[in-house]
Amino acid sequence: MLEAAFRGGKRYWILLGVWVVLILVGLFAWGRQFTEGLTVTGMSQDVTWGIYIAQFTFLVGVAASAVMVVLPYYLHDYKAFGRMVILGEGLAVSAVIMCMLFIFVDMGQPTRVTNVLLHPSLSSMMFWDSVALGGYLVLNLIIGAVTFDAERKEGPPPAWIKPVIILSIPWAVSIHTVTAFLYSGLEARSFWMTAILAPRFLASAFASGPSLLILLALILRGFTKFDPGKEAIQKLAVIVTYALTVNVFFVGVEVFTALYSDMPHHVHAFQYLFVGLHGHDALVPWMWTGATLTVICLTLLLTPKVRNNLKLLGPICAGVIAAIWIEKGVGMVVAGFVPNPLGRVTDYSPTGVEVAVTVGVYAIGFMMLTLIYKIVVNVRERMLAA
Amino acid sequence: MEKKSRRTFLKETAGAALGLSCGGSILTAACTTSGEGSHGEGSVESQWAMVIDTEKARNPAVREACMEACVREHNVPRIDDPAEKIDWIWEEEYQHVFPDQVHDHLPDSVKEAPVLVLCNHCTNPPCVRVCPTQATWKREEDGIVMMDMHRCIGCRYCMAACPYGSRSFNWRDPRQFVDTDAQGNFHSEYPTRTRGVVEKCNFCAERLRDGLAPACVEAVNQLPGGEGALTFGDLSDPASEVNRILSSQRTITRRVALGTGPNVFYIV
Repeated sequence: MLEAAFRGGKRYWILLGVWVVLILVGLFAWGRQFTEGLTVTGMSQDVTWGIYIAQFTFLVGVAASAVMVVLPYYLHDYKAFGRMVILGEGLAVSAVIMCMLFIFVDMGQPTRVTNVLLHPSLSSMMFWDSVALGGYLVLNLIIGAVTFDAERKEGPPPAWIKPVIILSIPWAVSIHTVTAFLYSGLEARSFWMTAILAPRFLASAFASGPSLLILLALILRGFTKFDPGKEAIQKLAVIVTYALTVNVFFVGVEVFTALYSDMPHHVHAFQYLFVGLHGHDALVPWMWTGATLTVICLTLLLTPKVRNNLKLLGPICAGVIAAIWIEKGVGMVVAGFVPNPLGRVTDYSPTGVEVAVTVGVYAIGFMMLTLIYKIVVNVRERMLAA
Repeated sequence: MEKKSRRTFLKETAGAALGLSCGGSILTAACTTSGEGSHGEGSVESQWAMVIDTEKARNPAVREACMEACVREHNVPRIDDPAEKIDWIWEEEYQHVFPDQVHDHLPDSVKEAPVLVLCNHCTNPPCVRVCPTQATWKREEDGIVMMDMHRCIGCRYCMAACPYGSRSFNWRDPRQFVDTDAQGNFHSEYPTRTRGVVEKCNFCAERLRDGLAPACVEAVNQLPGGEGALTFGDLSDPASEVNRILSSQRTITRRVALGTGPNVFYIV
């Protein structure tokens, strides 16, 4: 089965080649960061986390969103997701790997990474997050491999896998909840210290993750003989619509609480994001782009004729991913540091090195995803031919 | 009972209250002994504390002397770029140190008055709670929030958690920015740090071990006019100078509402 990864057409090899080149660029940049220190990044004593931790946060959501295909298929026996489930699990696996890599490249002393396991601190959310993510990776690897192997042999999966699959459902929710707790448990940062952060994270994850899955399914439909199914794609689009609506509602709830109470500590971060604070407005264009994209995409998704048109659905899903990426991957992390505990406002923008490392990590994830999907597609194509 | 101060009462009952109200050690950090006061007091055997007399520290020479003594004692790198500056004890404006004490009608001379700030060695330190490797911890015998520079993985979670901005990260190799004498030797035997780890004030744990006062305290007391600008002592010793000041003068700590229980007090 795995040998399929080593056979492929010209397009397949070109795609792998692109990933390899980007990985090399990222490795080179990380090498510089490793030798010179994190001084090569745009982070500072005031904004101590940047694009790496932001991508980590965004991708935990993508990983968790696999539950949006697993749950309907296994709990509600929704058959249309039959060919979609393995794609979701493959995406979850590569997203978790990217999450771990983003934490790794953010560390000041990466060679000491094992200290997290050697000297675990049960009161640290970062410890629990690594437990949750590691567990989720193992769960998805086992479930994906076992169920796919059974499907390949055209028999039912072994009975013991069912409880493992059931366990993976709350586990998916837990990874993004614990990731939110990483932020929302900090009394020092009023922007993050909100009970709705975890629900917000989940809502935005269930919008962006399935959007990415739709895009991937559309690509597979276009370039291979394997079709995850129009019904499955359209059902995912409904899930995206619900999740995006809930996310907009949650953001609205948050904005109301901050602006209506008018407490300076709560208002400042929103001010910084949307209008600028003390003359600092680096994120303002980003945030308005994100907000505009959200409104446009939500309006289109709420229109059934548009949503059910697969030609339009692709660009809409790309828009949703971009909007959530801006919300979580750009705004959420940086705004928590503005203003700093001593009232200072410091802008942050990633350096070339940071962007290169980020691209490299994404390339590793997408290369893994390419290999996984290649194997899946190859087996499915052979089964179709037989 | 009535004669006992609230502090003593807390100390005696906190341990029992903690044991009753909290099940496991994980929860201890999240539990409060009562609606007010600092959490978990009594979980350490004694607690070093500092009182800063902001009036006496108005004198720039006083502030300069203590900051300089600290830099020399701990081989703190001199980095001017605010993005990478390493601070153990430094000065900030009153309005930023005590944001909850500032209102629109305070004169600028008050708002912008310089105040010395350092690690508060909190009774309930958020940095310790979040550290994933126990590289920073609350020392039981004297309440100092310690740092193990060899264990720190440089994740900077503690910096996100500290409400006082008291922690600095070494974005690059700090050694090139540390003062040396003519022979190229560092001024102090205190170990220099590597890049990629977080550092902060340690209340001069290395000097306390030898029975000496912290370098900043010693420096201001040697300066004419600086005597008493910084007072250091043991909160568990009823006869200590810090307890005498705290029981007789009006003192405040930074951001009380957060419940971290700072052990650096200010006479304002």
